[in-house]
Amino acid sequence: MTRITRILAFQIVSTVSAATLFSSLAVQSTAQETSTPNGIADNRAGAYALTNAQLYQSDGSYRYGSLLIRNGRIVSMQDNDRVPDGFFAIDLGGKYLYPGLIDIYTDLGLPELEPVDGNGAAENLFPSNGALNANDAIRANFRASTAYRTDENAVRNFRELGFSTVLSHRADGIARGTSALITLGDQNANEAIILPDVAAHYSLDKGSSTQSMPTSLMGSFALIRQTFLDAAWFTQQQPRPFTDDTLEAWQGTQSLPQIMEVENWQQALTADKVGDEFDIQYILKTAGDSYKRTDLIAATDASLIVPLNFPEAPEVTDPIAAEDVSLDALKHWELAPFNARLLVEAGIEFALTSGADPGFWSDLRKAVASGLSEADAINALTSVPAAMLGASDQIGSLRDNALANFLITSGPLLEEETVLLENWIAGERYLLNEDFDKRAGHYQLNVGSESYELSLTIDGGELSAELLLPGEQTRPVNLELGPDLITLNFVCDEEGTQLRLTGWSTEQGWQGNAYTPSGELVGWSLSQRGAPESARSVRNAPATADLPAGVLYPFTAYGRETLPRQQDFLIRGATVWTNEPEGIVVTDVLVRDGRIAGVGDNLFATGVELIDGAGKHLTPGIIDEHSHIALFNINEGQTNSSMVRMKDVVDSENINIYRNLAGGVVAAQLLHGSANPIGGQSAIIKMRWGEPANGLLIEDAAEFIKFALGENVKRSRNPASVRYPQTRMGVEQVFVNAFSQAQEYGKTWEDYNNLSRTQQRNTLPPRRDLVDEAMLEVLNSERFVTSHSYVQSEINMLMHVADSFDFNINTFTHILEGYKVADKMAAHGAGGSTFADWWAYKWEVRYAIPYNAALMQQAGVTVALNSDDAEMSRRLNQEAAKAVKYGGVSEIDALKMVTLNPAILLHLDDRMGSIRAGKDADLVLWSDHPLSIYAVAETTWVEGTPYYDKQEDARLREQIAAERARIIAKITQGGAI
Amino acid sequence: MRGFDQVAERPRNWLVCCCLLVGLSVDSSFAIVPTPAPDQSGPIALTGAVIHDGNGNVIGDGVITFDNGIITAVGSTSDNFDLQNHEVFDLQGRHVYPGFILPNTSLGLVEVNSVRATQDVVEEGDINASVRSAIAYNTDSEIIPANRFNGILTAQVAPQGGLLSGSSSVFKLDGWNWEDALLSEDVGLHLHWPGMQRRRRNPESGQFERVANDNYQGQTQLLHTLFQDAASYTGEPLNLNLEAMQPLLNGSAKLFIHADGAKEIISAVRFARGYGVQEIVLVGGADAILVLDFLMAEDIPVIYERIHELPLREWNDVDAPFKTPFLLHEAGIKVGIGGGATSIDRQRNLPFFAGTAAAYGVERETALSMVTRINAEILGVQDRVGTLEVGKDATLFISEGDALDMRTSKVLGAFIQGRDIDLNGTQQQLYERFRDKYQNQVE
Repeated sequence: MTRITRILAFQIVSTVSAATLFSSLAVQSTAQETSTPNGIADNRAGAYALTNAQLYQSDGSYRYGSLLIRNGRIVSMQDNDRVPDGFFAIDLGGKYLYPGLIDIYTDLGLPELEPVDGNGAAENLFPSNGALNANDAIRANFRASTAYRTDENAVRNFRELGFSTVLSHRADGIARGTSALITLGDQNANEAIILPDVAAHYSLDKGSSTQSMPTSLMGSFALIRQTFLDAAWFTQQQPRPFTDDTLEAWQGTQSLPQIMEVENWQQALTADKVGDEFDIQYILKTAGDSYKRTDLIAATDASLIVPLNFPEAPEVTDPIAAEDVSLDALKHWELAPFNARLLVEAGIEFALTSGADPGFWSDLRKAVASGLSEADAINALTSVPAAMLGASDQIGSLRDNALANFLITSGPLLEEETVLLENWIAGERYLLNEDFDKRAGHYQLNVGSESYELSLTIDGGELSAELLLPGEQTRPVNLELGPDLITLNFVCDEEGTQLRLTGWSTEQGWQGNAYTPSGELVGWSLSQRGAPESARSVRNAPATADLPAGVLYPFTAYGRETLPRQQDFLIRGATVWTNEPEGIVVTDVLVRDGRIAGVGDNLFATGVELIDGAGKHLTPGIIDEHSHIALFNINEGQTNSSMVRMKDVVDSENINIYRNLAGGVVAAQLLHGSANPIGGQSAIIKMRWGEPANGLLIEDAAEFIKFALGENVKRSRNPASVRYPQTRMGVEQVFVNAFSQAQEYGKTWEDYNNLSRTQQRNTLPPRRDLVDEAMLEVLNSERFVTSHSYVQSEINMLMHVADSFDFNINTFTHILEGYKVADKMAAHGAGGSTFADWWAYKWEVRYAIPYNAALMQQAGVTVALNSDDAEMSRRLNQEAAKAVKYGGVSEIDALKMVTLNPAILLHLDDRMGSIRAGKDADLVLWSDHPLSIYAVAETTWVEGTPYYDKQEDARLREQIAAERARIIAKITQGGAI
Repeated sequence: MRGFDQVAERPRNWLVCCCLLVGLSVDSSFAIVPTPAPDQSGPIALTGAVIHDGNGNVIGDGVITFDNGIITAVGSTSDNFDLQNHEVFDLQGRHVYPGFILPNTSLGLVEVNSVRATQDVVEEGDINASVRSAIAYNTDSEIIPANRFNGILTAQVAPQGGLLSGSSSVFKLDGWNWEDALLSEDVGLHLHWPGMQRRRRNPESGQFERVANDNYQGQTQLLHTLFQDAASYTGEPLNLNLEAMQPLLNGSAKLFIHADGAKEIISAVRFARGYGVQEIVLVGGADAILVLDFLMAEDIPVIYERIHELPLREWNDVDAPFKTPFLLHEAGIKVGIGGGATSIDRQRNLPFFAGTAAAYGVERETALSMVTRINAEILGVQDRVGTLEVGKDATLFISEGDALDMRTSKVLGAFIQGRDIDLNGTQQQLYERFRDKYQNQVE
């Protein structure tokens, strides 16, 4: 296909709804007219009446009647006595008939591309050759219909699972292009694809792209945002400024259903938020874990595509191996089957996908046994996915003129014993299984003069037989069964004599002729004597069944079923480290509504909890200026990644949040890493353990960005690295270049914004660039810089760059040679957030000294001590003590280095960092002097809420042990859910 | 008897820090490691001290004397020792401790972790029984003074990597050269038992995960062959690795087994016992509490190294690593505390690892013994160091306060075999240089 026609294809799709396109399908569902048959014409009407059927209705009820089909389409539903002439009647004898099942998320017929592991190699900074996107992970121009190849085995597998239609897309890249709707008959590709370009697909995984960027989840989000902007900008212009089929395609497919695959519920929330920024409502393909926060998923208004790949039971029989199984994994094993039911209860619309997994039906029945109604389950495989794709006229229900896609079963679809019998696809009949249901039971076998008793039982749709002997003994019988023929053989006596029988079916059973062991030809018969033993005994559990255990917030160890509540309380007589002019005083502190309401002697208050602080120390909560906990990713790889946002990748389920609380930490700046000179935008959180990522972010906090200097940004540990910069000289140029570009960018927009309305109407707006916008925010002091730094030369350099662009470096972090240029830092107004005693792990920290904090403070720098380490962050009070040990900082000033000073550096000191009326009640009650190694945090409050309490912690430990023991016992006892 | 202030008149190295406290400056114009101290020239008495002897005893108004590098008396003022001829220092209530012992470290074998040229820790190959840390230990490492500054005066330096990494030696952290600094040569061999699982980065998801170590059987077989061939070794033909194994098999060297997983601990100890190895030390032991009874039954001491670390598993007690020494000790296992699990620059915090153990259950003097006496016993140097007892080396230091708590730990002076060592390293010299710079700016 030429480029022009491809573009046209997208333009058509973008202006005509998918449903309208279907109007021509009546023709498509017959043979491909343009092909030449090898023989004479073979056109047939294919008119059938399927009578005496339980016809499934989308409201979940059944209508007893007939389904008429012709030319591969449904004509109508009729009562049994009103079947007109001209239809061949097939009597279903009360069997069940369902709309054809749809799997909305497959890659049927599309080649899988190998992911590439580029770890340790040189960076690949450019896209592959071709007039395509600047990033190879954007593959919006890919069309499944152009690459689809019929894979008969895969088609048959889906068909035998009961599906008649699938949506197929190539699962590769962040923008994956469009999917095709494919029917699963034995047609050629021209006929099988009933609609190309049905939906546009996306993910957060760059797939087989060999380009280094993006290297992170936040990089994926950033790339999606920029591509939205670029595609809109690009396609506004005539002629195009350059050739890029991917941007054409991205823009051309915006009006299709937009399907985004995510790996967990947290990504689902972020992806939805990014969609909202561009007025796109994604359909979210989830990982089946939405039950962990159905309230938040419901609030996205997104429809979901939900897999049914329930986890295998974790390996717990070996108790030592069981140690390594997380509580999350144990609970997920138990609760995952309840996911679909909980989605229904939360009012979330979803389609189910099989993952082409042979265990699909057993998982689906498990979901039904866990309270998903039959109707909701069936609709999630029929009418719901059809509606998502705008194809309800054609598939998903038994409505007139729809494709004749339907499934015939022996009983109600989701009951244990029900067998899938026939799958009709576009009017073609595919037999799946025989209905052996009525054949099960007790039989008498007469062979000549001998008589035996047999039992036929159904297991998983397969019939098997046993010879019944006196005394409840049995003997196996080999059985082969077809609709007409039967073959049996078994050992008929104690000597091991084999009896071999073949025969034909009759009304009551089977009969035939056979040779006895002695060689005599006799007649034999197998006659049913009793009804099947196990009538439908297993019924679906009622939808009101209780969950085996509650969902935890967060869904991990030390999560709680109910979040702790904000308290009003009065702490009496503690040694209070105020960080205010009063210094350290033994006094009372009153907390109301999450704020400090009063500090002073003999405070009195009613309706508050009294806490005896005698002998204990109360300090402001610890604030970690430099942390990487609770993030899904740390580093994006391009030299300037100012557009990535750590807020997009906050992991609210990370156990280190709780561990931080246990160390008295109430807040942290979650920073981008130091792989590049210009990193990403920070997330500043409070440790509100149990809240989702959005609830952790500090409201209205100042915005920050991470810069980095030195060995890491030069990629010193990767000898293969080719990325600019490779020297500290280049590092300076990166900054000068980035700020110069941002200035030009700002000027371009300023010029545009200054145009009159009429002029603006005749002028295309400039391209928006999220990298430049972030840099411009820095220049405008709307975003503050925290810069990773080590040696004095680079520290000095960055201050010069900032001065020359007329802004300030807010904070130098690491800053291990800050002591050498502390006077310059003080003059510039930069703070220093450093380690207490780290050194010698790299060449550039050889002359890092533990006196750094003391010396910088001596020179007038605001000094914080930070962790950059999930373990050390929970002992930052001890790190503060080292500032006393090395350099003789006063104890009050040392504590400020982990409380008030980081608050100042983060522009949060108006509400955090000291104990003063009006400030946030972020407090820690310590068992001992807070700088002492013997001090243990007893309670840590965030805004008056005790997110950590030592006594409650002891209870949580017991609950974790009990919950683990309960689930492990359930697994080892056979895992009935 | 001279008072503390009078002592300060004489600029002895070990009072440098006292001098810093009173605002005096010292000559530190060049940044190289301190000169090794000369031999003790006459008997010294420390009086008015709080003596922590490493055996669990605290002597309130204590006196300790030493001569020719050997402790000659330990007691209290009421013992009325004859201090004639002694240079007497009245410590006015300051604390005296046996020097801390870092029981498993690469100190002196590596200078900057990320610079390959400075690494002498891991030799090529799986079996390196014959390589010896003794001859590679660099007395001029700039990292050594930073350790001494916190009271760490003795260290066992061990090679790493492979399966049988080589032989370790115990060093005094002051000396002109390795020969001079050796306290005990070729103490033991270090066996890094292979993990039954290994960590790998999933090439698809990018996440780290644990998968079975397919090489486990091959690796253990390699070790079996090594021990079997060593046992039948006659000297012909010459094999340096098999030769180096002999001290292990004849009981003159210890086997330090590095293992963290519960099953690995059992397998490794059973393996060593199977070849008749007598003296076994477990190093690491992250999961030791899962096999307490086994360690008890086998009488295996443990060098526990994961105190300032995160719990191994998300559901573990938040303070699990902090309290593990207590749990092991309570069970009756001999526990020394080490720093080998952390990077070389952080091992100077060894005393605070013990402090954390004390904060989480271990009685304080017992926690002290975990970085002094018990480590000495584990290394087989208890006749020389680890406690303050008559006849042992005068390897000790003076602290302003509790040396296990960073809040109060200020090492004022230290002796190694009675030699009055210089605590001033590069870091102190740089501190003074820039402190003076900013002070002068203020003036």
